[in-house]
Amino acid sequence: MHTSIDTRRIVRIEEIVSETPTVKTLVFKDDLSYAARPGQFLMVWIPRIEEIPMSAMINFKEGYAAVTIRKSGVGSTALFERKEGDVIGLRGPYGNEFALGKNYKKILIIGGGTGLVPLLRLASFAIKKRLNITMVLGARSKKEVFFEKMARKLLEPVRSSVKICTDDGSYGLKGTTVDIMSTLLRNNTFDCVYTCGPELMMKGVVDLANKNSIPVQASLERYMKCGIGICGSCCLDSLLVCQDGTVFNGKQLSKMLDFGISYRDKDGQRICYS
Amino acid sequence: MNIDDKNNSLSVELDNVRLRNPTMLASGILGISQSIFERLYRENIGAVVTKSISVSPMKGYPNPTVIPLGGGSYLNAVGLSNPGVDAFSRELSHNKNIPIFISLVGSSEKEFSRMVKTFDSLNILGYEINLSCPHVSKMGMEVGDDPEAVNKIVKTVRMNTSKPISVKVGVGSVDVIELARVAIDAGANIITAINTLRAMSIDIETMMPILSNRIGGLSGNAIKPIGIRCVYEISKKLEVPVIGCGGVSSWRDVIEYMIAGATAVQIGSVLGSRGPRIFNQITKALLNYVENKNLKNISEIIGIAHKY
Ligand SMILES: Cc1cc2nc3c(=O)[nH]c(=O)nc-3n(C[C@H](O)[C@H](O)[C@H](O)COP(=O)(O)O)c2cc1C
Ligand code: FES
Repeated sequence: MHTSIDTRRIVRIEEIVSETPTVKTLVFKDDLSYAARPGQFLMVWIPRIEEIPMSAMINFKEGYAAVTIRKSGVGSTALFERKEGDVIGLRGPYGNEFALGKNYKKILIIGGGTGLVPLLRLASFAIKKRLNITMVLGARSKKEVFFEKMARKLLEPVRSSVKICTDDGSYGLKGTTVDIMSTLLRNNTFDCVYTCGPELMMKGVVDLANKNSIPVQASLERYMKCGIGICGSCCLDSLLVCQDGTVFNGKQLSKMLDFGISYRDKDGQRICYS
Repeated sequence: MNIDDKNNSLSVELDNVRLRNPTMLASGILGISQSIFERLYRENIGAVVTKSISVSPMKGYPNPTVIPLGGGSYLNAVGLSNPGVDAFSRELSHNKNIPIFISLVGSSEKEFSRMVKTFDSLNILGYEINLSCPHVSKMGMEVGDDPEAVNKIVKTVRMNTSKPISVKVGVGSVDVIELARVAIDAGANIITAINTLRAMSIDIETMMPILSNRIGGLSGNAIKPIGIRCVYEISKKLEVPVIGCGGVSSWRDVIEYMIAGATAVQIGSVLGSRGPRIFNQITKALLNYVENKNLKNISEIIGIAHKY
């Protein structure tokens, strides 16, 4: 039977992976989430508690997908505390996707924290096209690094390199992802840069790519109520993250007044970063 | 083709304001951002109605707050989340040419007069008073179901502005026509009909209500025939301009509402599946309709159904 993406599916959490003390991956079976495109998100229902947008994480088993949560607000904490066997509801996947250009040969993927989720899915698509992939994983310090093994395993079949960097140098290279990116740009040419992670990091990546006239795409995050273009809570300038995004290109991003500057609270008031 | 203000075969008169075409944004849909209003205007919308604004900011209910039910119908209990009068008047402070109605919600005359005093110097067309939100206590429909409160609130807003006032009604315990009559007698110029209808959805697997508020309001395709009936009855009995709302998903629905008696028509839930460009698509289709039917102006069809 064909299920619409709007139909709520109740799925059982079959496996939980602890990535760091505050990050977990919950694995479940759901055909629509398995088929999600990179950058798309699910609306995840924690019954009688919350419903939150979560990027669709890959899983190596056919028909399976996952979500990776960092414990922070009410919804993410409730999801973080789910046990194997508990049920959650899903609708989606919603939103647009990272685009891989037809003639792309070599791409740069830069992510931090749970921002790696859509980027790993992107990598899994790029591998099918046999692209040369450089992936930069950034974190504040060693204990915040996760998905390294997953990234290395995933990228094994193609010409690739995985670089880890930490702000304090406690693991991998010392420096921010933007520092690593500017070093990489000295000796490499990339067809496109893809990024997801903390917004100020993405802002740095996008600005640097734009300055070097390299195509760039970023997957953005905003507070969401509906996830489907009705409520307006996810607006970013005149665009909706849920319907026009989550992925925006360098040209769109360079025109935005909100990107890297401000977001909207639950009541719709504009709040500035920092 | 750009459908601009000069092309007046689609223009309609709502009380003393002229809209370039009868399409409007329904309140609560994408309604908190000036940049979005500008985008909708580039998509040829006739006018926008903002999210319902209250004196203080409101966070609304936890999610789930909006549920797609399938078949183009939706259930929501957002809980009137909005940035409040002061932040919102800053949001609109640079508005020049976007035709905006501000939707107001509150529980006392004092709150309404405070809001209108703040908003009235902005570049806006007028107000829509939300007396029909079916899922927030002491606001919306709980006010709308009390004719004496409606009378006082509308009078208060009237005293503080010379701009057009629309009162948005819904299907509650007081008959819509009665409610509309009280609003008009108190000084309202326009009636908007209808808001969402109290409704509920339960997940059979977990056996739990899905909305955090349990009960919410039904919108989209399912409510269109009720909206058409209300517009028909109100415009026939009261002879005031009526704005139709509820379940519009195509130009045909806009025409149906106008034939029932609507001067303008609001569009809401369908933006979920079609996005802001639906305004441009509908406007172009309306222009075609006017040409095919050999009408000088689309207003010629308003209320034709009253004859039958
Ligand atoms: C998510 C959502 C939020 C809404 N918020 C408001 C609101 O703040 N004020 C109001 O008067 N109506 C509100 N409504 C009702 C709509 O303005 C409209 O009356 C109703 O949805 C029917 O139109 P539709 O079928 O085209 O959506 C809301 C509707 C939805 C779906
Ligand atoms: S979350 Fe509602 S419009 Fe994007």
